Amino acid sequence: MSWSKTEEKILLLREKLENCSKEEASLIKKEIEQLKKEAYSHLDAWDIVCLARHPKRIKSMDLVESLFTDLFEQKGDRLYGEDGALWGGIGSFLGKPVTILAQRKGKTLQENMECNFGMMNPEGYRKALRLAKQAEKFNRPIITIVDTSGAYPGKGAEERGQAEAIAQCLKQFMTLNVPVITIVLSEGGSGGALALSVSDHIMMFENAIYSILSPEGFASILWKDETRVKEAAKMMELTSKDLYLKGIVDQIIKEPLGGIQENPNYCIEQVRQGLYEQLNKLQTQNEKVRSKNRYEKFRKLGACHE
Amino acid sequence: MNSAFKERKDRLQVFRDYREKLLSKPIKKMNHPDTWQCNKCESVFNYQEISKHYFVCPHCQHVHALTAQQRLDYICDENSFIETFHSLKRVKKSNFPGYENKILKLQETLNMNEAVVSGVAKIGTYRVALCVMDNRFLMGSMGEVVGEKITRHIEYATKKKLPLIIFSCSGGARMQEGILSLMQMAKTSAALAKHDEAGLLYISYLTHPTTGGVSASFAMLGDIQLSEPQCLIGFAGKRVIQSTVNEKLPDDFQTAEFLEKKGFLDQIVERENMRSTCIQLLKIHERGKK
Repeated sequence: MSWSKTEEKILLLREKLENCSKEEASLIKKEIEQLKKEAYSHLDAWDIVCLARHPKRIKSMDLVESLFTDLFEQKGDRLYGEDGALWGGIGSFLGKPVTILAQRKGKTLQENMECNFGMMNPEGYRKALRLAKQAEKFNRPIITIVDTSGAYPGKGAEERGQAEAIAQCLKQFMTLNVPVITIVLSEGGSGGALALSVSDHIMMFENAIYSILSPEGFASILWKDETRVKEAAKMMELTSKDLYLKGIVDQIIKEPLGGIQENPNYCIEQVRQGLYEQLNKLQTQNEKVRSKNRYEKFRKLGACHE
Repeated sequence: MNSAFKERKDRLQVFRDYREKLLSKPIKKMNHPDTWQCNKCESVFNYQEISKHYFVCPHCQHVHALTAQQRLDYICDENSFIETFHSLKRVKKSNFPGYENKILKLQETLNMNEAVVSGVAKIGTYRVALCVMDNRFLMGSMGEVVGEKITRHIEYATKKKLPLIIFSCSGGARMQEGILSLMQMAKTSAALAKHDEAGLLYISYLTHPTTGGVSASFAMLGDIQLSEPQCLIGFAGKRVIQSTVNEKLPDDFQTAEFLEKKGFLDQIVERENMRSTCIQLLKIHERGKK
């Protein structure tokens, strides 16, 4: 049985669960567990794409609010405007100050619109750069959270230099003198996601995806056929496992059966633990060693021989 | 004593020969027809004549694409170009059906190993590190080899304290190679950051078309940003933008002229001034060196 069908069946069983006797309830619960185990033990690439885009999946602001305290938002790029698709600001992580840059999609339709569905404009990337430089000045580590289908393909974005804004992020994050850690929460698409992923350590949620473009885009550009998305998803190797094997991602955050939404705290605890360990490690590291390691991390990707 | 000198000279010669062989690949001269037709206004010209005109149609002023070799011939001092890293190969094969064969075929017909040619040359006697992209090779898209070649070359320029000129023309990151081609954006930009920190000059020369992952990485990071007239420069595809914003885009949208107006180019340089502009810039930066 495919993943989506099982999902429907589980939903039906859960509805049944609400008005039935105690004895029946325990049976139904068992059945749900069994179904879940079957469905989630062998997910294919497309199932993972669906899970990554699951409407109930936690959003980046949930993560920000549960990981950090004393949050203070900082808006605007000081050049043109504010971009709602990126939440930027300062906060405390276990008592220590950090700068947070989180791509966000929003939960309600109203929020979605304000956040432009998580697709950033040039001012968003320039805001990221401004806050990153400020973090460097005050010696604060930077935590970036990636959740975007890509940079916004709009008229204004082109006029204001989307390409230049992304390129500057790629170049300048490389030379930052403070630790940078990236968390890929759900979806990481193209240069828009890469601009916030130039870091010392990349964590990725188990059912998140990270790719050069969406499977839909891939299928429509290369095969002129948008219905071949499943095939495309498989070929693109966009799951956390694939990326871990390629050395692009350093750590996978395990998710419970059924995705983060089933038990968000389980995942958040892992992130907290990971951040704590990595920040301790990176902050005690010599600046030169850290900068060299960051360079080498990207330098080795796509190795060629003569 | 004399024999010792002779022996040493011979041994040096062996090294020299080896180095020559390593550095210079025999360039197969492409046969070209006697006449040339503009694919815009369809006027026909003598090949020699159009070649003197830098492949800009004298009739309609349309700027035609140059191959990497043609551009090198125009820009470099005669016989000064030495190609580097010309035999790079990927370690792992792509799982995209038919892709590997396509590459082999292109390598055969175009007589080049990838979409970029890199090397060291003299331009107006100034030594420079030079990368020229060729859009006949899968739209000049950037895969692992292109990324690695450009990165190695930037690192070489940093090490040897050379100014760098990159002529880019590309459709963006190469989709067939997946996520690793996206990572080449970060890799090339990182290498440029080091070149920049070393206080060296980088001239980015954009040609038709420079879009996607290439414009969003090394192509937009020049100290000096130049472009040829009329070329397409942008991040997202025009059709994608059209369907997203649902309004008519201006005629000059994403052209070099548009970018110049919006403040993303230093200058648009006509092809006939390409070499002299480079020489002028190299000269002034040479003088300013500490």
